[in-house]
Amino acid sequence: MSNRMINILVPVISVILGLLVGAIVMAVSGYDPILGYTALWNGIFGDSYAIGETIRQITPYILAGLAVAFAFRTGLFNIGVEGQLIVGWFAAVYVGAAFDLPKVIHLPLSILAGAAAGALWAFLPGLLKAKMKIHEVIVTIMMNYIALHVVNALIKTWSGGGDKTERILDSASLRSDFLASLTDYSRLHYGIIIALMMVVLMWFLLEKTTMGFELKSVGFNENASEYGGMKIGKNIILAMVISGAFAGLAGAMEGLGTFGNMYTRGGFTGIGFDGIAVALLGANTPLGVIFGAVLFGSLKYGALNMPNAAQIPEEIVQIVIALVIFFVACGYAIRLLLSKISKKKEAK
Amino acid sequence: MAKRKFGLALSVLLAAGTLLGACGSGNDDASKDNGKKEGSGEKTSEFSVAMVTDVGGIDDKSFNQSAWKGIQDFGKANDMEKGDGGYDYLQSAGEEDYIPNLNALARRDFSLVFGVGFMMQDAMDEIASQQKDTEFAIIDAVVDQPNAASILFKEQEGSYLAGVAAALMTESKKVGFVGGMENEVIHRFESGFVAGVKAVDPEIDVDVQYAGAFDKAEIGKTMANRMYSSGVDIIFHAAGGTGNGVFSEAKERKAADADANVWVIGVDSDQYDEGAVGDTNVTLTSMLKRVDIAVEDISKRAKEGKFPGGETHVYGLSEDGVDLADSRGAIPEDVMKKIEDYKEKIKSGEIEVPEYPEGKEPKK
Repeated sequence: MSNRMINILVPVISVILGLLVGAIVMAVSGYDPILGYTALWNGIFGDSYAIGETIRQITPYILAGLAVAFAFRTGLFNIGVEGQLIVGWFAAVYVGAAFDLPKVIHLPLSILAGAAAGALWAFLPGLLKAKMKIHEVIVTIMMNYIALHVVNALIKTWSGGGDKTERILDSASLRSDFLASLTDYSRLHYGIIIALMMVVLMWFLLEKTTMGFELKSVGFNENASEYGGMKIGKNIILAMVISGAFAGLAGAMEGLGTFGNMYTRGGFTGIGFDGIAVALLGANTPLGVIFGAVLFGSLKYGALNMPNAAQIPEEIVQIVIALVIFFVACGYAIRLLLSKISKKKEAK
Repeated sequence: MAKRKFGLALSVLLAAGTLLGACGSGNDDASKDNGKKEGSGEKTSEFSVAMVTDVGGIDDKSFNQSAWKGIQDFGKANDMEKGDGGYDYLQSAGEEDYIPNLNALARRDFSLVFGVGFMMQDAMDEIASQQKDTEFAIIDAVVDQPNAASILFKEQEGSYLAGVAAALMTESKKVGFVGGMENEVIHRFESGFVAGVKAVDPEIDVDVQYAGAFDKAEIGKTMANRMYSSGVDIIFHAAGGTGNGVFSEAKERKAADADANVWVIGVDSDQYDEGAVGDTNVTLTSMLKRVDIAVEDISKRAKEGKFPGGETHVYGLSEDGVDLADSRGAIPEDVMKKIEDYKEKIKSGEIEVPEYPEGKEPKK
């Protein structure tokens, strides 16, 4: 069996395995797996509304995945995507609601505000890591909580004791009547284009620029890079800031596209944490992140239709979805198995 | 290199899936629409009702559960079955699910769709303006659309009675209030409770705490621990799942020392079962918020063609929207009589319970 065959077979087999085990779970619990998966499929691709909403769900996953993947490639573990996303969301909504500008200026400014807030939130852990060797995992986790509660307090102050911000002005909105009419009033917005542009940007940064080479090099081996004349501290901070900007953009997509405002939250959005899985599924490559985000976003949105169309309870649905992702993540084991089988055949 | 090519191939495959899916959908849409038309042609007079839950789900022992009970009762009373054309619910896992869920139920041709919880306000506003043929109703918030009814409760009135009960029953002259998140709804609970306590005896201390979340039982438990340790003997919680922590702290104290004077006043549903410790119980009473009665009431009106679209209905003591649960002997007869007196005074309008706690009035 050729390498290429294995590369294509592995994800296919893992998805099939996940679906099979999921089917068993449904069957054992007394629900019809075929009905369940039909509902899942229709929930993702069933009509233009579903497709629009699925793409909407994928958008922040791509950006959160990029944020984690970028940090990974430079040897950093950014667990703070969640917090950076929350501050980015708030900053984007604030600029979107508080200023009155023409759309050509207002929309980019709001998006940039989101990115800048995320970058700023990641700058601090980067600085602490670069100057004092404080591990970024601890700092970023704690920064998540600070972000959550600081933003809640800001929303409360801004709204005069209320629990949500004002709505952004139309001039800062990513939504469009055209996309809405195309997809039967789904909340699909232009954010997906921004997300895809960022995929290209990350690839370009890492593969085609000196800066990207330095960043990766520091990630591979700090000491060797330093010997080679690179500034370690500067590169660590830069890596965190770029990663944080991606995360902030993910928040801006939620604020300017999906919701149009922000609520005080009792807990995290979960997008930032799912972003870690998205990045790992995509092997930390820009294109891989798209694949991971499509899988996560589709399953997450499509799963809503399983209780709706097939009467399967929410809890079972979550187990099934988790199983599919679990088996996809287990790709390495399947790869090992396949190569053993093909070796045996060669031996014969 | 191979990995990258494979990734490309896969994303092309997925993109193709999306496009092909889009191609197929045209026909699907058409056939679905036909089905809808045929379906509605057959049963134009049939009334169906559904609801979208908040993140709590229909077994949250609180208002989602209560709303679902109202829909089930209505369904049984009218010989309806669970599913399309009868009654059903969808659960939201997060805020991003409200709109798809409301939309899904409207597309399944339910005549009336409830949104449970103030968090759904914006989502319902948007969907109601798009799905003009469906009737909507929201609980705990106001949606200004001609096809949407708004249901509010006078939580302050029921909480006032809870405050009176706590003030009459406390021995340490210290009572506590544990709120979920600070918002207008929970502020009405706090305001009513404090006013009720002070009406009986202005000297009694009320320790007011907010947990900042509705699903953090561990925070509720810590707060209850602190309150009971400082001498508080009755805690009223308006904190959903967080309040379960208040119950577990009280139960632990009761289990360790059967003579411990610790009580909890439950919220939304009758939480008597939550407070059972062996043969005793720590539940003094519960402040009932009869979402089920409101849901049934609005469903009935809608079925009769008298759906109050664009209107706001407020359910208070007089409408049986709020009340105290049976204390099952925890509150003695003579105290119950005093509570009844206050109840009559509120109903007659002699006592007007403040809607906002002191210093928490909305800035306008």
